[in-house]
Amino acid sequence: MNDVNAYIGLSAVLFTIGAIGVLTRRNAIVVFMCVELMLNACNLALVAFAHQHGNLDGQVAAFFVMVVAAAEVVVGLAIIMTIFRTRRSASVDDASLLKY
Amino acid sequence: MSITFWLLSAIIVPAALGILFVRKAVHAALLLAAVMISLAIIYLTLEAPFLFAVQIIVYTGAIMMLFLFVVMLVGVDASDSVVETIRGQRWLAWTAGVVLGALLLVGVAQISLGTMVGLDAANSGGNIEGLADLLFSRYVLLFEVTAALLITAAVGAMVLAHRERLEPKPTQASMAAQRVRDFSETGRPLVPLPSPGVYARHNAVDTPALLPDGTPAEESVARVLAARGTVRSAPALADDITEVQRTLEDVDGGPAGGATGGTDQASGSGHNTENPEAGA
Repeated sequence: MNDVNAYIGLSAVLFTIGAIGVLTRRNAIVVFMCVELMLNACNLALVAFAHQHGNLDGQVAAFFVMVVAAAEVVVGLAIIMTIFRTRRSASVDDASLLKY
Repeated sequence: MSITFWLLSAIIVPAALGILFVRKAVHAALLLAAVMISLAIIYLTLEAPFLFAVQIIVYTGAIMMLFLFVVMLVGVDASDSVVETIRGQRWLAWTAGVVLGALLLVGVAQISLGTMVGLDAANSGGNIEGLADLLFSRYVLLFEVTAALLITAAVGAMVLAHRERLEPKPTQASMAAQRVRDFSETGRPLVPLPSPGVYARHNAVDTPALLPDGTPAEESVARVLAARGTVRSAPALADDITEVQRTLEDVDGGPAGGATGGTDQASGSGHNTENPEAGA
């Protein structure tokens, strides 16, 4: 196994765990944390590839991912709070009003 | 491949797997924080000191704190329901996830990307300077768009979290008037409730205050404690009363002991015990 492959492998494992978490967990906050885990896995791949290719573009991309993640968390948690205020529940199964 | 990477992997993968299985959101947040800090150290070994700092400050510091705030607002014990709304969804999700992971890992193992070049040349003028050069030249448009995104997110969060006030804000005068009205209608006391444990031996919240006649004041302990049954029991309190009486008699000697001869009256509050001393 090559040097960078180990980092990409770890990134793939983390991404998979995050994806499974998004699909299986019911608590909206934990689902959100799993999305963060997937973003972190992508960041690890970006930084590893920056190291592999010997330039800093990957690190700049990882930085932008962090900025977008921060914005996403702010809005997402505000939405979760709003849903919790009206439904008294943070479960993603309860927010199914469009179903009926 | 450094030993640091394998050690950190041994921390990261179990912690990330734990997020899938822990019941409580707080535990998931703590495990995610562990993953993020370990990833920050991996960034350091990948010659990205700026991202190391940003990962710890922004992710572990700001984002995880935001998560914990929301967990506290929503309720710490808001755990997952185990009822499946779609039949077989959990099983299918696990299958799909494992297949995705296997696919990714096999794909990564098949390719060979050559040896790492390393960032010695790119970082020669300093990592942060190099990042700033890129950020304000090639990616400057992206940088500006990011500013717009952040402002939109801040305004959006404020709009979502804002709640219109439907009734006028209670003033001090209106609250006082309400208190008097409650007193006249339901007999709720006008003054604050007595504080617990103003007895000579205990000031803990589970010890009721003693009234001048020696009986415990029930409203001095919180209703929650009383409902849980963790209030100090009456026999223990009675033991305390006799104990304090004995010490008082020891300290005051003959005349004070004689003055406080009636045991029931002497079992009163601290005010009672001070008076004989002042007199003597």
